[in-house]
Amino acid sequence: MKIVVLVKQVPDTWGARRLNLDTGWLDRGGSEAVIDEIDERALEAALAYQDSNDAEVVALTMGPDSAKDMLRKSLAMGADSAVHILDSRLAGADLAWTARVIAAALTKLGYDLVIAGNESTDGRGGVLPALVAEHLGVPLASYLDSVAITADSIAGERSTELGTMSVRAPLPAVISVTERTAEARFPNFKGILRAKKKPVTVWSLDDLGADAAASPVRSVVLATSERPARSAGTQIVDDGTAGVELAEFLAARHLI
Amino acid sequence: MFILDEEQQDLVDAVRDFANRQLAPHAVEWDQAKFFPVDVLREAGGLGLGAIYAHEDVGGSGLTRSDAALIFEELARGDTTIAAYISIHNMVVWMIDRFGTDEQRRRWIPPLATMEQLGSYCLTEPDAGSDAAALRTTAILDGDHYLLNGVKQFISGAGASSVYLVMARTGEPGPHGITAFVVPAGTPGLSFGQNERKMGWNAQPTRQVILENVRVPVNHRLGEEGGGFVIAMKGLDGGRLNMAACSLGGAQWALERTVAHLRTRTAFGGPLIDQQALLFQLADMATELEAARSLLRHAASSLDRGDADAVSLCAMAKRFVTDVSFTAANTALQLHGGYGYLADYGIEKVVRDLRVHQILEGTNEIMRLIVGRAIVEDAQ
Repeated sequence: MKIVVLVKQVPDTWGARRLNLDTGWLDRGGSEAVIDEIDERALEAALAYQDSNDAEVVALTMGPDSAKDMLRKSLAMGADSAVHILDSRLAGADLAWTARVIAAALTKLGYDLVIAGNESTDGRGGVLPALVAEHLGVPLASYLDSVAITADSIAGERSTELGTMSVRAPLPAVISVTERTAEARFPNFKGILRAKKKPVTVWSLDDLGADAAASPVRSVVLATSERPARSAGTQIVDDGTAGVELAEFLAARHLI
Repeated sequence: MFILDEEQQDLVDAVRDFANRQLAPHAVEWDQAKFFPVDVLREAGGLGLGAIYAHEDVGGSGLTRSDAALIFEELARGDTTIAAYISIHNMVVWMIDRFGTDEQRRRWIPPLATMEQLGSYCLTEPDAGSDAAALRTTAILDGDHYLLNGVKQFISGAGASSVYLVMARTGEPGPHGITAFVVPAGTPGLSFGQNERKMGWNAQPTRQVILENVRVPVNHRLGEEGGGFVIAMKGLDGGRLNMAACSLGGAQWALERTVAHLRTRTAFGGPLIDQQALLFQLADMATELEAARSLLRHAASSLDRGDADAVSLCAMAKRFVTDVSFTAANTALQLHGGYGYLADYGIEKVVRDLRVHQILEGTNEIMRLIVGRAIVEDAQ
């Protein structure tokens, strides 16, 4: 089985994250760039299957040159190889274009199962896996809290407002996982040493064909403004009545 | 000269991630509760920290002493005590890997590499510390077994460890009569003293190891009869570098905490960082730690190459790095004022932990003796 995991380089959520107010794009210089934590869980789902089954795991990303560091971490964690879609024309690509490009890369690469995080911690779109599945014409099982992979199918549970849905689909398929799936393993020293010897393929837009190279529609950021500083909130000091005060606070806002 | 390559940077990043997630949040709590976190050590083993510079065929990570210096500095930023214990464990593993037969390596190292089992290094005795060659624990050959009797003092991990590397006398007085043995936990006659009450290093147990007619098969002997002292000293060369690295990591962390504290703490109408007298102290701390780091990495690369002066350089590094790191940590405490004295800030713990690095694995006085003798020898 060939499992392709979609990984993304994002600003570390521990630091301050900023937009460039002129372009509306992410200010990548502003904080440390890391692999998105949710993508680590996506990779974990693939590696957990690979631990006891015959499977090839490929980490795929689209991003600037610096994303290669994050791919190396994916390889250190246990991915067998990596694909880096690297093209300066893709700077600031919107979700629609990104999905077309990734779908083109997946088609070129071949796959049985595609695993993504449910939404990135920077863009927070949460729709990329669905867009990719649509382009590929394969089933989508998104926002899975648990994942069960077999040789020819995928199953899992997703939470809805009203309860839990058990979903399953035949392969090939695209799935996305939530923070409720298993925590990712640490890359160990051996993995780090092996990572350097694993293949990383770099594709430009030209490698992916005309369809991917041009986006017919393109969303453009018209304006951005800095979020206003947070005003001081209400502080409750517990003198034995904090529970009541908290309940009243929430009730007054119709939250309970 | 000391720029990290991509691979070393990745190793350091992985250790930092581990230390930040698994060590730093608990360091003060473990120190206060005198809790030895064996579960976390198993996770450290999963990372590859159990056998850092042992060969890969027995589960080792196959890294260099230079890599280890980077790893222990980073690990100690999370918890100096746990980092120091991991160093001792690695010393035991390395001695078995380096001096054991293939059969011994395959038998003992794999579970030590994963840290499913822990190791303790048993050289010092109640009446033989710096003068290790005067040790009195005996091992008498009796058929196809050795019979061990004696007491080992200040043994880290004792009681929790599965593997005890014991130096005992099989022959003449002095260094040439000493032999190394692997004694597994549970061997009849092996027992432990009470957990010592200590100034620091509280998150790892320190006990006497008591050997009363402990019988081990001949194939538990490491190396030849009489070869134990050389094994013990060679193990310590690397151990000294690691201990220096642990000091450096603790002190560097304390320095960074101090900078943060002085930026936010105000007195006399402004942040303390604006007081030049305090700024100068930070500058001195940073300068001395950087000098210490350079010497440490130089000594580590020298040991990796097997240079003739590696032993002397390791001693220099141990003495210098542990001294300046302790001084820096103590200054950090002073610059924190009363908060530095509170356990919750973690600074006083680092000071207490680093103090013992000037004493163990060869006191800093013995380090001067090694360096001094080497100078005189060179001059002849």
